[in-house]
Amino acid sequence: MSEQRTLFQLSGQSLSYGEHRVLDNISLQIRAGERVALVGPSGAGKTTLLHLLYRQRPEQVALQPQSGGLVDLLSVYQNIFIGALARVGTLPALWNLVRPLAAHREAIAELVETLGLEDKLWQSVDRLSGGQRQRVAIGRALYRRQPVFLGDEPVSSVDPLQAEALLEHLLQQHETAVVSLHNRQLALNHFDRIIVMREGRICCDCPASELSEQALDAFYQQEPSPHPEPPPEDLQGWAMVKS
Amino acid sequence: MTARASSIFTGAAQSSVLTLNRVCLLLVAIALLALFGADLAIYPVDPWQELARIGQGILLPSWQEPRILLEALGQTVAFALLAVAIAAPLGLGLAMLFHWRGVRVLCAAVRSVHELFWGLIFMQLYGLSATTGLLAILVPFTGVFAKVFAEIFEQQSRDPALTLAVGLNPIKRYVYTLIPQAWPALLSYTRYRFECALRSSAILGFIGLPTLGFHLETAFKQGQYAEAGALLWAFVLLIACIRFWVRPRLILLYLALSIWLLPETLGFSNGGYFWRFIGQDIWPAALREGDIGGALSWYGEMLSEQVWPGLVQTLLLTQIALVLTALVILAVYPLATRAMAGPLMRWPGRFLLLVLRSTPEMILAFVFLLLFGPSGLPAVLALALHNGGLIAFLVANASDAGRGTLNDRPDDPSGLLRYAYIETPRRFPAMLAFLFYRWEVILRESAIMGILGITTLGFYIDSAFEEIHYDRAFLLIAVTALLNVLVDSVSRRLRRLAHAEPVRQQDSSCLKVE
Repeated sequence: MSEQRTLFQLSGQSLSYGEHRVLDNISLQIRAGERVALVGPSGAGKTTLLHLLYRQRPEQVALQPQSGGLVDLLSVYQNIFIGALARVGTLPALWNLVRPLAAHREAIAELVETLGLEDKLWQSVDRLSGGQRQRVAIGRALYRRQPVFLGDEPVSSVDPLQAEALLEHLLQQHETAVVSLHNRQLALNHFDRIIVMREGRICCDCPASELSEQALDAFYQQEPSPHPEPPPEDLQGWAMVKS
Repeated sequence: MTARASSIFTGAAQSSVLTLNRVCLLLVAIALLALFGADLAIYPVDPWQELARIGQGILLPSWQEPRILLEALGQTVAFALLAVAIAAPLGLGLAMLFHWRGVRVLCAAVRSVHELFWGLIFMQLYGLSATTGLLAILVPFTGVFAKVFAEIFEQQSRDPALTLAVGLNPIKRYVYTLIPQAWPALLSYTRYRFECALRSSAILGFIGLPTLGFHLETAFKQGQYAEAGALLWAFVLLIACIRFWVRPRLILLYLALSIWLLPETLGFSNGGYFWRFIGQDIWPAALREGDIGGALSWYGEMLSEQVWPGLVQTLLLTQIALVLTALVILAVYPLATRAMAGPLMRWPGRFLLLVLRSTPEMILAFVFLLLFGPSGLPAVLALALHNGGLIAFLVANASDAGRGTLNDRPDDPSGLLRYAYIETPRRFPAMLAFLFYRWEVILRESAIMGILGITTLGFYIDSAFEEIHYDRAFLLIAVTALLNVLVDSVSRRLRRLAHAEPVRQQDSSCLKVE
């Protein structure tokens, strides 16, 4: 895997909104084929980091922002079809709003079965629950058919069993994935590499096999401080990114 | 964390009401100074007797020939509906290109000229015809639609666009994300603009088109106040019932009816005349002949005799009207609120505000002109009442919407104390923002009042057209347009200074430009 080409590369990247430092001296490298989970308390800078990665290779990425980016007035079908816009000419795309194109109708009907939304296909998404909306957003990302998936809490509102299955499906369908998660168990079970963020810094970046849920919890329970404390002793020896 | 918190506190150390008060005091001081310069004389025309007759006419409206009344109403609606039906899609197209500077400048230019001035311009080309009436409304409205639609697009979430492929054709991008995202806002703004178009269409009658204003002017001039009253009531009812008669399913039927109802004269002019108008008529003779000295002296003369006095009078009346509008709002908005007028007694108040906001300023001014004679007073009163009614309506709605929220306490005072301590301070920033939004409108309207004989810029423009001095008319219209652009940018800066952006985006988009 180490021979795979580098997809994303950040070195010493910092970012501030006014006085508030959102990202602080971030260095990391992500290669094609990696499955990376981003974990850490809210406000740690995970979303900002994902958007930064997105900007490096927008043409290869299917991004699922935290809000899902759905268009309320359009149906589930149309919201998923948006993923295919680049593959369709302008006139067929306009016509599709009036009469859905047969080929996409079939493909999307199949896709919504995986998502468990087959009876909602023609409903406008503003009538759906949070979990259903999130599944539509996943549908759009899948329908983009890109090699790289960047997801910001992509399964946070889906019920646990389905979340596991959908996450696995997303990972299967994309060669590379960087996904922020608050569910630590999902991160440990489905990803090769875990990056823990805290107050805009990366405080741990290591293979998932070397981490346990307790070790991850430790990062959440640390006292908030303007400067990160030295890592707990049992973390010594892991790949640390100096900040 | 600590550094962030303290920076917020140092920012808030100065009271925010201080800035607001300074802005208000400045505006009041300017208005007081303006009182000295403005022509506000009352001509002794025994207004009370006339007022009594007008009041009687309005209370006891009557109309002999219902066919003419219906025709006038029908044509007023026809011009408004067709103009909006063309201007809204055009504006939507331009809104998608609003990142181009050229498009922005073009839109700012066309919307800074009032519908009536456009009417006067197109009248020279197409005579008193359907074309003139339609173009007069749809040209400035296209510019307004483009600007407001572009602003609405800007307020939409960026997230859907992030999930799209990069470098997607803009048409696909707009049709699948921004347009459906913004659809409710686009629709509600278009509906509001239709109401404005009805008012514009009505007052186009003042320059001779066969809409309501024409019949109204005739009735008033002939002293047939009962007929005038009938026309006014019909118009207020038309606007009050908009949501009952404008139905999506009926729009196509209405459009067909409108085409059928338009005056028969279509008004074609050959292309040669159009180019002569653009290329020659609107430029002073000296300039066309290359006589720079002559042109300069022509411009100097225009500046000292027409542009400057018209400009000063327009600005003075605008500033007085602006402050008077604020007073009207403060005086009348409680009448329409549930908290202060009560659940039942707010209805007469709401009705009063509805009448004030649906009657066009021009018509109010026209009535006051008959009472007080030709000075700035009728203009100032009309502007303050119309705009005050319009903003008070929004303020009252905001107050009613605030009922039962967390801010509402059972031990809040009632009556006058509630007005002074709770409602007015809470609504004040939004009210100021609305007022600044209307500033540009008040300016445009006070310029246009000149058509009625008040010596603002419109007076000189109207006389220039009457004397067929298109070169003068063009210069004066250009000055008026520039003044508009200037006030718009000052008002934007003031709004930012006062941090007085209204909370409800829908309300503000209704007020931005008219």
